[in-house]
Amino acid sequence: MKLNGAQILVNSLKNEGVSHIFGYPGGAVLHIYDALDACNEIKHILVRHEQGAAHGADGYARASGKCGVTLVTSGPGITNAVTGIATAYMDSIPMVIISGQVPSPLIGNDAFQEVDAVGITRSCVKHNFLIKDINQIASTIKKAFHIATTGRPGPVLIDIPKDITIATIEEQPYPEEVEMRSYQVVGRADIAQIKVAADLIAQAKTPIVYAGGGCIIGNADQELREFTQTLNFPITQTLMGLGAYPATDKQSLGMLGMHGTYEANMAMHGSDCVIAVGARFDDRVTANIDKFCPNAKIIHIDIDPTSISKNVAVDAPIVGDVKSVLIDLIAAMKDRSIQNIDLWWKQIDEWRGVDSMAYASKEGIIKPQRVIEALYEVTKGQAIVTSDVGQHQMWAAQYYPFDEPRRWINSGGLGTMGFGLPAAMGAKLACPDMDVACVTGEGSIQMMTQELSTMLQYATPVKIVNLNNGYLGMVRQWQEFFYDKRYSMSYMEALPDFVKLAESYGHMGIKVEKESDLMPALIEAFKQKDRTVFLDIITDPTENVFPMIPSGAGHNEMLLAGRDEMASTNDAGLNLV
Amino acid sequence: MRHIISIQLENEAGALSRVAGLFSARGFNIESLTVATTNDPTLSRMTIVSVGNDGIIEQIVKQLNKLVDVVTVTDLTATEHIERELLLVKIRVSKDTQASVDTQLDNFNAKIIDAAEDAYTVELAGKSQKINDFIDAFNVSQIIEVSRTGVIGVCQKI
Repeated sequence: MKLNGAQILVNSLKNEGVSHIFGYPGGAVLHIYDALDACNEIKHILVRHEQGAAHGADGYARASGKCGVTLVTSGPGITNAVTGIATAYMDSIPMVIISGQVPSPLIGNDAFQEVDAVGITRSCVKHNFLIKDINQIASTIKKAFHIATTGRPGPVLIDIPKDITIATIEEQPYPEEVEMRSYQVVGRADIAQIKVAADLIAQAKTPIVYAGGGCIIGNADQELREFTQTLNFPITQTLMGLGAYPATDKQSLGMLGMHGTYEANMAMHGSDCVIAVGARFDDRVTANIDKFCPNAKIIHIDIDPTSISKNVAVDAPIVGDVKSVLIDLIAAMKDRSIQNIDLWWKQIDEWRGVDSMAYASKEGIIKPQRVIEALYEVTKGQAIVTSDVGQHQMWAAQYYPFDEPRRWINSGGLGTMGFGLPAAMGAKLACPDMDVACVTGEGSIQMMTQELSTMLQYATPVKIVNLNNGYLGMVRQWQEFFYDKRYSMSYMEALPDFVKLAESYGHMGIKVEKESDLMPALIEAFKQKDRTVFLDIITDPTENVFPMIPSGAGHNEMLLAGRDEMASTNDAGLNLV
Repeated sequence: MRHIISIQLENEAGALSRVAGLFSARGFNIESLTVATTNDPTLSRMTIVSVGNDGIIEQIVKQLNKLVDVVTVTDLTATEHIERELLLVKIRVSKDTQASVDTQLDNFNAKIIDAAEDAYTVELAGKSQKINDFIDAFNVSQIIEVSRTGVIGVCQKI
């Protein structure tokens, strides 16, 4: 039987087990949409903006662990999706993006809706392809899924000219294997590297495990737990690593970095052996690199060799898949005895006593931190929480302890405002039986409100927790601290009535202005199993995110809430070594 | 320090821009870049000269290896190697200067490949330093045009 290119493409996606596509039609992809119309196995989610398609597929991928798929047209279709692709790239999310292209003979002629999609996306994809021959469609899709989902995952774009989707060839079997001489998947690490690391761990008097998003992407949470608990080491997690280790466990020190806990940052500063697991020493984590972990030997486990010794010189690099590395490391530690670290724990408990997450309540004003705590209580810590970017993102990370991986979904690397709502929609499609909340702010949510329409069409009930303080809060906070309170363009006037907005999209809206109404509103919202509920919660407009490491400072130089001076330039941890 | 990095990559459209884009996006320096297909028509050989400290060169090699189209990356400078660059230069000559120009050409073993009435087109192959020295041997006013290929190289070991 003869098939056209569009049919081959859709069949290939079926062969890859694709269940959902987030997309938006247009001229260059009309043949593909026609083929999709005849396909019952794949559910297409018609977004309202292509950025929403990319974020939707991204949220779906993060929640499910599967590869997200986006389909957009040429020109503005793909340029609108670029922010979403870059977001996925920075957080190493497996995604395949199919973009239509103008017909091959017109490429390069400035044709209608033509952009150089391969050129534009080159620096924000793991790889991209321009299909030039109908015979390459199936093999290219096979390669794209292979590249997107293996090694350090990432988005892969396939640009396909319209004429290729209507040309026909005899149906051929879908390739079973991929062979690429130039792409090798990293697997188990070199055992010699494991031994070097194990010897360092055995000598450590003040060790700390620093776990990142790689533990979640690499499905290594069980191994991370076993490793950390067998050794009884303290563990801190990055923003992307939250949920990789149970936050409510006594060994967890919470998040580290710019807005991390006092105990996590102080323990990093005082440590003599930092075990970085699937983390990449991002600048929001290290703070001032010259002051970073002054006494520590650094062990770095990562699947991507470029991450190693990029920002911080590493003493024991281990290149490998995090899961297998941890299994090998657990085995290696069985032959070794470790140091007594009781004193280290005593010191950490003292730091915990500082209670850096404490915040002062104000009569008549809802504290944003309280909203997140209430969300945690109402959902019993069992929801998937997506967030946008800004203060609310930090509060969600700080006050909602995640005990399981793939529950916390946010744009950590790129910091994309507008991510939270479409990502929540994608997460709900991936996990229909779970409660999904989108923690956002009145700034971020307005970048993607059109997706409320999509969420009605496809019945993806999400609870939107809008921390509405009238300010672009993180901008305001920096202006307060570092720009002499000149609040340039950080105040938003003329906000919409979010309740009416939600209602006009067919959802439920609740405005919360008093703390006494907070819990009842949240309880009511989560009772509505089948409806999206927009909770517009008016919060303290002047609240800041603490603790905070100001730029240029080290981990031991934090600003704490309610304390005017730099909390401490504290080297206590170093004295134990 | 100066490094010569030799890359084998898939001979596909866009492969060159992936490499060039990597260097510009990450702020790595390129002193020269040459590329051509090899005896295997599916492979291209690219040679890049870059300058950076050990950490930067390590990142360059790792980042190049990470590109899906790149098959092998070798830092030639890390081993015994041979490097060459080809120069084509147009040199102004007059009756007064011809003798001295000829002497310089002999000194460097450079070859005249085209002789016009008032100018020579000269070819010289060698290490970059030799090419630099050759150009410096003339007055600026004598040099009409310089075209260099950039460095290529091979490991001495098989």
